[in-house]
Amino acid sequence: MNRNSWTMLLIGLILIFAIWIVSPLNTGINVLGFTRSGTQPLGLDLRGGLQVILQASPPPGQTSIDPQSLQDTKQILANRSNALGVSEITFQVSGNNRIVGEFPGLTNTDQVIAALKQVGQLAFIPMGNERLQEGSTVAVDYNKTWSAAQPYGTATQAATPTGQPGATSTPKAETSATPAPTETPTKIYYPLMTGTALSSVAVTTDSLGKYEISFVLKDQYKQIFGDFTANHVNEILGIVLDNKLISAPSINSAIPDGKGVIQGSFTYESANALAINLRYGSLPVALTVIESRAVGATLGQDSINKSILAGIIGLTLVIILMLVNYRLPGFIAVLALGVYAMINLALFKLIPVTLSLPGIAGFVLSIGMAVDANILIFERLKEELRAGRQLHTAIDLAWRRAWPSIRDSNISTLITCLILFIFGSTYGASFVSGFAVNLALGVGVSLFTAIIVTRTFLHVALDNLRFVEHPAWYGI
Amino acid sequence: MIDLIGKRYYYFLISLIVIVPGVIALIVWGLPLAIDFTGGSSLEVKFDAGKAPQPAQVITLYNSMGIEDVAAQTSEGDILIIRSKEIDEATKTKIVNQMGTQFNSTVTILRFDTVGPVIGKEVTNNAAIAVGVAAIAILLYITLAFRGVPHAFRYGTAAIIAMIHDTLVVLGFEALMGHFLGWEADSLFLTALLTVIGFSVHDTIVVFDRIRENSTIYRKLSFERVVNHSIIQTLGRSINTQLTVMVCTASLALFGGITTRQFATVLLVGIFSGTYSSIFNAAPILVVWENREWRNWFGRSAKSNTAEA
Repeated sequence: MNRNSWTMLLIGLILIFAIWIVSPLNTGINVLGFTRSGTQPLGLDLRGGLQVILQASPPPGQTSIDPQSLQDTKQILANRSNALGVSEITFQVSGNNRIVGEFPGLTNTDQVIAALKQVGQLAFIPMGNERLQEGSTVAVDYNKTWSAAQPYGTATQAATPTGQPGATSTPKAETSATPAPTETPTKIYYPLMTGTALSSVAVTTDSLGKYEISFVLKDQYKQIFGDFTANHVNEILGIVLDNKLISAPSINSAIPDGKGVIQGSFTYESANALAINLRYGSLPVALTVIESRAVGATLGQDSINKSILAGIIGLTLVIILMLVNYRLPGFIAVLALGVYAMINLALFKLIPVTLSLPGIAGFVLSIGMAVDANILIFERLKEELRAGRQLHTAIDLAWRRAWPSIRDSNISTLITCLILFIFGSTYGASFVSGFAVNLALGVGVSLFTAIIVTRTFLHVALDNLRFVEHPAWYGI
Repeated sequence: MIDLIGKRYYYFLISLIVIVPGVIALIVWGLPLAIDFTGGSSLEVKFDAGKAPQPAQVITLYNSMGIEDVAAQTSEGDILIIRSKEIDEATKTKIVNQMGTQFNSTVTILRFDTVGPVIGKEVTNNAAIAVGVAAIAILLYITLAFRGVPHAFRYGTAAIIAMIHDTLVVLGFEALMGHFLGWEADSLFLTALLTVIGFSVHDTIVVFDRIRENSTIYRKLSFERVVNHSIIQTLGRSINTQLTVMVCTASLALFGGITTRQFATVLLVGIFSGTYSSIFNAAPILVVWENREWRNWFGRSAKSNTAEA
């Protein structure tokens, strides 16, 4: 076999692989730990959903946010959003102080933000013999710690100490998250300890099969807890989450080993949600919503249909233009364009590239640019043929001479793509980066198809079909 | 051979005729910035067929709820796009309910975006930086790619001038459309602008590459003749590439979703301008520079200059 046959074989294999990936029959890939779902991931603008950009402000006393705490915050948010019951929610750290959250299928900003705002400020408050109904709102001053000398405080309505904890504890998330208690004057409870004292939390069931949350305290808190429970048997130790009394058990006996359970009327879901809240506690940084974008599902579907239609029309017109202008090479370029489209679609799935509307636009545009390399070569081919060169020589010359301009022009496009990508990913404008990625992919793949695939096809056609040597086949 | 380059001052004149109204529109009306850059909220709602209210009615509704800076615009398919100061989810729900009762229609929320003022300002600043960085990166690359030919820097500069030409065309077009059709420049517009810049340079390089190649082949010809020859040689490619890219963007503009329509139209205008500026601005600028024609600009009229050339 000569070189062209080998290249043909390679192209054939790549094409078959690409078709296998793109095929709707492909239900997913799982090879040596490399897994990809069988469906093309779609952006929020196409499937409908909500995108929220959260800005983190550094903890009090610090001027910058360390990357680790931003990563932790991202993880906590991801856990909290499980409560929303929607799959494929993603959080991404963007720049050095932002987190971009994407919620497919959701459009209610309030619902999402409420889920994220579940602050998870847990406090164990000694309540003496006072019995309050579970679910009542209680005011807790997280800045203070309970002591036998000063078990409670009071406050007028103006100074509701439910809001921002000071520098000693972790700041609360978001703006206006806390509903102020309505009664005045308010009794303020001081926490014996807060959620930071917890070492591990799990959902368990009691002997009757009721769900409860069992926890283990960190070593340094076991002593405090043990002493307190020993001295306050039969009193109430309230468990408060975000100023809401979730459980008010009475202390049955001293708990020296730092292990306890929170009982309440839990379903598995609510117990689990609470456990996650306790486990991940409050956020290491304070967050504010600085941007939210919601797209309804109808608009998304409409956009997909129309973009596909536009793509088909555009492609058809390009095919007609290529055939009219360049005849045989044009036909071969159209075949190469088919290879190009397949490889691109396969890459979208493999990488995977989340396809958004601008992404599709980038892809459609890249079809136009993909044929540009071919046009450059074919125009050159016509010139060389007109100059009276032999067909094979002309083909080689055309490719060689068109190369510098193809290279330089595409590199400049790639430079723009890179800048767009950086710009897009820094500012949460994921659609800008999506566009850039698709255009860059298109440029890369088109270099392969326009240069290697087209040339090989053309040579193979020349070797096997004698009649194509007539100049009329080249649009002269 | 056709003398294209001899008429260079006419091409510059055509560019000016196209650019000047746009620039005036930019100065007088400014660029209609979307909430992506200014901050605020944008609500896109669909009404039952024939039930869509007049924009003025919606603005009154917003104002009655104490929301300022409201601009409303109807779109085909009983759709209304309302831009305002930042509003929260609760206010949005109230507005949508109110619209439902007042205009006696079901109201479907197609899109609801809220951008804080901080991020808007940042995007604006960084957009400017992105364009600037792109320009410098491309200038450097061209200077590098053309290092073998005399005055490589000129090629880079001419490409940048052509790029500025296209940027002005696109910005001016957007300003005009903003004034007359209520278009808004959003992040997608920025994407289109950056793409146009990329394409503009792409096109310019193809022409320059031919000049680079021909300069070494036809050493005895004047630079002007070499440039002319190169333009004619690449004309077929320029027109054909132009056509293919234009059919792609035109089909997006005509048949694509409403979201990408403005985007595709801006691309269409910008890419056309990109091809024009590569052939009729960037290459002639090299000739003007080579001949140092500015020495004659003020002594004689441009016309006599052209005749001599």
